[in-house]
Amino acid sequence: MSKAQDTMLYLNGVSVAFDGFKAINNLSIIVRPTEMLAIIGPNGAGKTTMMDIITGKTRPDAGEVMFDGRTDLTKLDEAAIANLGIGRKFQKPTVFESHTVWDNLEMALKKPRGIFAALFYTASDEDVTRITEILETVRLLHRKDEFAANLSHGQKQWLEIGMLLAQDPKLLLVDEPVAGMTDSETEETAKLLREIAKTRSVVVVEHDMSFVRELGSRVVCLAEGAVLAEGSLDQVSANPVVIERYLGR
Amino acid sequence: MLTQALFRALDKKAVWVIGIFLAVAVLVPMANLLIPPGQFGHVPTYLVSLLGKYLSYAILALALDLVWGYCGILSLGHSAFFALGGYAMGMYLMRQIGTRGVYGNPTLPDFMVFLNWKELPWYWLGFDNFWFAMAMVVVVPGLLAFIFGFFAFRSRVTGVYLSIITQAMTFALLLAFFRNDMGFGGNNGLTDFKDILGAPVQAQSTRVILFAATAIALALSVLVCSMIVNSKLGKVMVAVRDAESRTRFIGYRVEYVKLFAFTVSAIMAGIAGALYVPQVGIINPGEFEPGNSIEVVIWTAVGGRGTLIGPIIGAIVVNLGKSWFTSALPEFWLFALGALFIFVTLFLPKGIVGLWKQLFGIRRKKAEEPALPTPAQSVDIERGEDSATFDNPQIRPAE
Repeated sequence: MSKAQDTMLYLNGVSVAFDGFKAINNLSIIVRPTEMLAIIGPNGAGKTTMMDIITGKTRPDAGEVMFDGRTDLTKLDEAAIANLGIGRKFQKPTVFESHTVWDNLEMALKKPRGIFAALFYTASDEDVTRITEILETVRLLHRKDEFAANLSHGQKQWLEIGMLLAQDPKLLLVDEPVAGMTDSETEETAKLLREIAKTRSVVVVEHDMSFVRELGSRVVCLAEGAVLAEGSLDQVSANPVVIERYLGR
Repeated sequence: MLTQALFRALDKKAVWVIGIFLAVAVLVPMANLLIPPGQFGHVPTYLVSLLGKYLSYAILALALDLVWGYCGILSLGHSAFFALGGYAMGMYLMRQIGTRGVYGNPTLPDFMVFLNWKELPWYWLGFDNFWFAMAMVVVVPGLLAFIFGFFAFRSRVTGVYLSIITQAMTFALLLAFFRNDMGFGGNNGLTDFKDILGAPVQAQSTRVILFAATAIALALSVLVCSMIVNSKLGKVMVAVRDAESRTRFIGYRVEYVKLFAFTVSAIMAGIAGALYVPQVGIINPGEFEPGNSIEVVIWTAVGGRGTLIGPIIGAIVVNLGKSWFTSALPEFWLFALGALFIFVTLFLPKGIVGLWKQLFGIRRKKAEEPALPTPAQSVDIERGEDSATFDNPQIRPAE
């Protein structure tokens, strides 16, 4: 218990198997408050499964998953975990396509999530200001009244990051944020995530090595559901095991 | 809070629809009572009741649209809630017959005397009181939907599985209500009604008032639905329809959102059933028939789901067609209905309202286009885009 203190996310000895296949095998990871962590690793290393476990979609067979040093996440469901302050961005951008950009953010905005609270909700001036701020941050202000379906792939990624910000989480889990982005968009995304990590914890899963380099954070390399190497990007990418199993050559 | 929600509900379209049905509630009775028979514009009384029946179907279709069109729950058991509301009204009407029944028993309806029952079963108590019966019209379907929905949505039963168990629910009720010892008149149901609130059910004035009540109930249903779908909750409902797990990950309890929509919808269906029964003069277990629920789905699809006016238009148009067909070519009605459903599914996925928008709303088309009704379709379109870029010879890698 004491080990979990002063951590934002504490995974200890987590294992989960699907039909006998060990997707996560005795995985231990720590993320500290306002720390950014990049996770790399080959396909099938268990990166997305790890996110599923943290956000309550998958229950681990064994191990501890603690949030903010005190909350056991293995006992809660997705909605409860989201309301604790964990935001998740999916690998494939998932925005609500038949809603406008503005409505997407309004729904995500941190507010009471009850049925009647939502039924009688009217945006206060404060909410409008906050949504406008987020729209500026993710550069979608000029498209606020458009349906999310009309956005380009990169813009959808940004809208989803905006929705994460609107949730005002303590911990952001970001799965492949720059897939399908242009180089300049990738650069902007790295800048944005670094900015976010000043006040919150961020976990980024990414394949794009130049993007991970730009993040300049601690790196964990996963393989076969366990930590293969950990450290700065240079340390990790110089590790012979990582070269053999992931980077190749 | 409520005033703000009301204000939001009364957008331009909703005001029009509500206005039209309030006008209908006044104009049709006037055309029946003030214009003498034989003169142009007179609406005969039988037609008033027929239209009243269509409007009660329209409320049912609107109720289904709230859960299907907006929340993505395809209920194939909505006529169960309609029939339960109808039975509650029928029980009140039976108690009003009094000594005028064939056996002249002051408390027991004829079928109970026939079955040699000595006293009224406990669940018939109180139904001689109109307001108690009206409360049951709301409470019984609402409670059934709440309990059913609570277990189904909590267990995350979705899609076709949910449709099948709603179908099973209405079928189970059909079998139960067919049994004589259930105490609801068995096969024959409840009929031979005399009075409602002291006025004879068959009288012209009563029929006109029942019609007006149905039109007003429809206008109120539109108002309530508009209030719900224009609120943030309505947006969350659409979000659940399009991307259920995403909605969960931003912290909404999807099961409660669905439960709310399902219960409100069942209550509306119950009210529709209660207005239907005195106008057609009978309620029997046939109303629970699974086919009836599927017909409601067809009305909604034909009119255009995910809109407030669509299901109303669909219910009226399809039932006009049914009335004409079943008198002109009775054997062919089911074929026509099936063909209509296939046609709408293939060529008019957004129904009559979608067609209307396509033809007359070119200016708005750009904004409407991306409103994809189902996640499955949006996935297809994404794939379509991918393959389109791939098929583009300019970006295909050199061979």
